Amino acid sequence: MAASVRRRPGRLLRREAIEGYLCVLPWLLGFVLFTAGPMLASLALSFAKWEVLSPLEWIGVGNFARMAQDEKFYTALVNTAIISLGSVPLQLALALLLALGLNQKIRGVALYRTVYYLPSQVPLVANALLWLWIFNPDFGLANVFLEALRLPPQQWLWDPNLAKPSIIIITLWGVGQAMMIFLAGLQGIPESLFEAAAIDGATLWARFRHITLPMLSPILFFNLVIGIIASFQAYFTLVFITTKGGPANATLIYIIYLFQKAFEDFEFGYSSALAWVLFVVVMGFTALQFRLARRWVHYEGGDRP
Amino acid sequence: VSQRAAARADARPVGWRARVRARERIGHLALHAALIGGSLLFLVPFFWLVSTSLKLTGRELVMPPQWIPDPLVLDNYQKAVTRLPFPLYLRNTLIVTLTATFFGVLTASLAGFGFARLRFPGRGLLFSLCLAALMIPTIVTLIPEFLVFKQLGLIDTFWPLVLPPSLGGGAFAVFLFRQYALTIPNDLDEAARVDGADAFRIWWSVILPLSKPVLATMAVLAFIQHWNDFLRPLVYLNSIEVRTLALGLRSFLGEFTTAWNLLMAASTLMILPILVLFFVAQRYFVQGIVMTGIKG
Repeated sequence: MAASVRRRPGRLLRREAIEGYLCVLPWLLGFVLFTAGPMLASLALSFAKWEVLSPLEWIGVGNFARMAQDEKFYTALVNTAIISLGSVPLQLALALLLALGLNQKIRGVALYRTVYYLPSQVPLVANALLWLWIFNPDFGLANVFLEALRLPPQQWLWDPNLAKPSIIIITLWGVGQAMMIFLAGLQGIPESLFEAAAIDGATLWARFRHITLPMLSPILFFNLVIGIIASFQAYFTLVFITTKGGPANATLIYIIYLFQKAFEDFEFGYSSALAWVLFVVVMGFTALQFRLARRWVHYEGGDRP
Repeated sequence: VSQRAAARADARPVGWRARVRARERIGHLALHAALIGGSLLFLVPFFWLVSTSLKLTGRELVMPPQWIPDPLVLDNYQKAVTRLPFPLYLRNTLIVTLTATFFGVLTASLAGFGFARLRFPGRGLLFSLCLAALMIPTIVTLIPEFLVFKQLGLIDTFWPLVLPPSLGGGAFAVFLFRQYALTIPNDLDEAARVDGADAFRIWWSVILPLSKPVLATMAVLAFIQHWNDFLRPLVYLNSIEVRTLALGLRSFLGEFTTAWNLLMAASTLMILPILVLFFVAQRYFVQGIVMTGIKG
């Protein structure tokens, strides 16, 4: 850096350092009080038994041993895996398809974009209420739709077999967010690549397979992993309002179970242990993202940025 | 490449250009058809929402449903605003959302400025910690945080909703502002320094005025986040007097399980401000998404 080569006098440097600390102080205070502190506290709590009326008691790895025996814990893990792995890849595929369509030079493209994007901005609670009404077994739009197709009506969110797919359908309505990200990514691909390929007679599919997909792969991959991580938490509001984990625990996802243990049963020790398991899983996915990205994702210029 | 292209184009038979154009037009027509079909699917829920909200009580249960309600009534909106404490919920939401957004953006820009422009020992470490915080699920820190706020007797107040975001505005906002501040040329600070300005002066009168786009993006993101927030209000707020819209809307569901026209009117009212914000500040929405989504 040019400035440091010039070697400022020590007094000025010290002043800059003090100013620097003062600038980050509000953030640092928030970080210590509401992130680092609670992280350590919840780690400690995960080795304790602490419920509403009983005093805190250290039980070592007792909470984790209990987890290993906890059938609902496994149900929650499996449900989360099914819903996240069902919803996120489907969302990305749909988002990519829409983005490819909307990246063409056609009339009314701005209007289409708005239409596909808007549902993703509907406030979560309103979104959940709306879909609860759409999936209403007696008067809902979903069954009106089935009837028009001469299919039998369904119980949707109230059917243990259909509850998960129903939740996934709801999340697909919010595909606009990912679509916009892909659109931005597509617009970053140099036009010249496609022109050159077209001149060489490459088909539409070949151009997609050998130009678009490799050029988009960092964004695609990043959003897959981040999307899965985010889905662990993001579906809380939707599931809490529509099914609360039911019917018969069919939509009991991890975050819902964790919430129930913490804020309905007030088992602060056990829920902290559950929370740390979630944190470790998230860290695992993040590490995976960094490792795998290096291996097979194409970054322009050959090097990772 | 262009020479080769020219050579090939010359070699093609005469009708080639017209045929390509025709094929393109057919492609575009097919694309329009697909996009319109998809648009209808995406718009139907909105239509259903508004249509239900305009129905006379009882008419929302008529099968087959009336797409255009007859008669069209605004009763449900009136009821939502008067009978349910909607104005109270709105006021609460605005207090929380605006305070948290304002102080969040302010402190995040200050921290981002510090990380980008000032040199101090431990800067790298602190910034890494800031990025690491992005990974932490909210629920992990929420449990001890709840216990502390409970100990302090602040349950059922706005403090637990407003204080944490007001200190730093969240790791992502700090990151966003730092990245932006790095792109502003350094000579501006140097000139201000020569004129005797201190860091806060530079932040306030040099950097902030140049950072309006990123500030707007941060504000839009924060506003939506707090407007939407459900988990924290659910954990911290109990009584009706302090409920936010998100929480209040859910309690309507408990009280009026079958009054779907009323529920849809209330939902519409909650969606409207976000829609208005979207059409006013569209650019910053999209910027926000692209920045949140592409790279962390």
